[in-house]
Amino acid sequence: MSCLPCNRRVCDERGAAPAAGFRVTRVRGYHELPAEEGGTLPAQIAGQRARVQARLAFVGSVVAVMSGKGGVGKSLVAAGLAAALARAGRRVGVLDADLHAPTAARMLGAPRVALAVGPAGVAAAKAPCGVRVMSSDLLLPDEAPLRWREPEQAGFVWRGALETGMLREFLSDVEWGALDELLVDLPPGTERLSALAELVPGLAGAVVVTIPSEASYRAVRRAIEAAQGAGVRLLGIVENMAQARCPGCGAASAGFAGDAGEHLQRESGAPLLARIPFDPRLQAIDQGSTEAVAGALAPAAQALVARLER
Amino acid sequence: MKFLCVECDRPMGFAERALPGDGTLTAVFSCPGCGRSVAMLANPMETQLVASLGVSIGGRTLAEQPFELTRTVVSGGREGAFADGEAPAAVPETEAAALRPSWDEAARERLQRVPAFVRGMVLRIYTDYAREHGIATITEEVMDQARRELGLEGM
Repeated sequence: MSCLPCNRRVCDERGAAPAAGFRVTRVRGYHELPAEEGGTLPAQIAGQRARVQARLAFVGSVVAVMSGKGGVGKSLVAAGLAAALARAGRRVGVLDADLHAPTAARMLGAPRVALAVGPAGVAAAKAPCGVRVMSSDLLLPDEAPLRWREPEQAGFVWRGALETGMLREFLSDVEWGALDELLVDLPPGTERLSALAELVPGLAGAVVVTIPSEASYRAVRRAIEAAQGAGVRLLGIVENMAQARCPGCGAASAGFAGDAGEHLQRESGAPLLARIPFDPRLQAIDQGSTEAVAGALAPAAQALVARLER
Repeated sequence: MKFLCVECDRPMGFAERALPGDGTLTAVFSCPGCGRSVAMLANPMETQLVASLGVSIGGRTLAEQPFELTRTVVSGGREGAFADGEAPAAVPETEAAALRPSWDEAARERLQRVPAFVRGMVLRIYTDYAREHGIATITEEVMDQARRELGLEGM
């Protein structure tokens, strides 16, 4: 026990008597404890981060594919970029960070086999185009939502931490092997990007997906500002559904009104990597066929690699 | 979080932990100086918050397993998602299998009650425990012993 005003274990200078009902004491704070007497939780968290770093030591670039708006074809762009990169001879992985609406595995045609588990981690699924994939879709029954074990009360307290924990394990516990690029398909919004940037300090940057509309422009602009605020480099912009293309003759006609892609390019200074038409042939990706989308995104993939190597 | 013994001005050490299965957690800390103990009783929300970080109060007693958090917190995961969920054989059929501990019938039945999504991980933990302790046959008593020693009350 020590005297609060004198900060000594036994106050013999002031001899101050505590007020009635109070004991005079000064308890050490957490940071005053020697390191070896501190809690174990910081060390456990540090160990988790170290495992992420160790796994990603064999990955050339981790690239986020994001958008501030849902329904713009972000997962299609992630899968298409990955397939195009693989076709160009790159070693590529896709981490589907959209835990509640996972689509990357099916778009890439990854088989729903039992994933091998070894001491070094969980094997990634391998898509026919050569891309390695990890997605919550591979872990859940068909069409089943992602649900957590009890307790259900006050889930807002811990749900975000669980999702970040799953993302961390997808990074650290998957046997990605040596990769040139690991694309992380993020859900709409910016929250998961912040978590990713914290888990991966060496994040190479983000590819942002938009559609031409004014509404998309506004939502994506916010996302870009958030990304830049988090110190994430903007690698490029992809404008999806930029035109409509006739499936018969291939002729292009106007699609959504707006010029979000060019507008965002002018404001951010990041290159417009691709303008993808609304082409029904690209829908083959819903059945796991990546040929058409990989073709449409091949120039964007090439430009992305150039940006990464710069 | 640390508990400091005010009388001794010394941090209390972790002594024991219990997960009664109702979502709560009890952890006991003792002062290395005077031996005084305090019990921390965490409600389900607090317990879940700590669990969601993938950390263990008092430190880990077991190396972190691949996808440990995912497999223990996801409800209704796909049966057959992982290739380590095969039920163990009661009688080893091959020479290689003979090097692994066998499971008696009650232990195998109990293991089958573990959700398939997490069963393979649990199986591996018990198997490793038995091997490290030179136990040839895994029984329910061995499972209970491992749960206590390894802090697997939540599994």
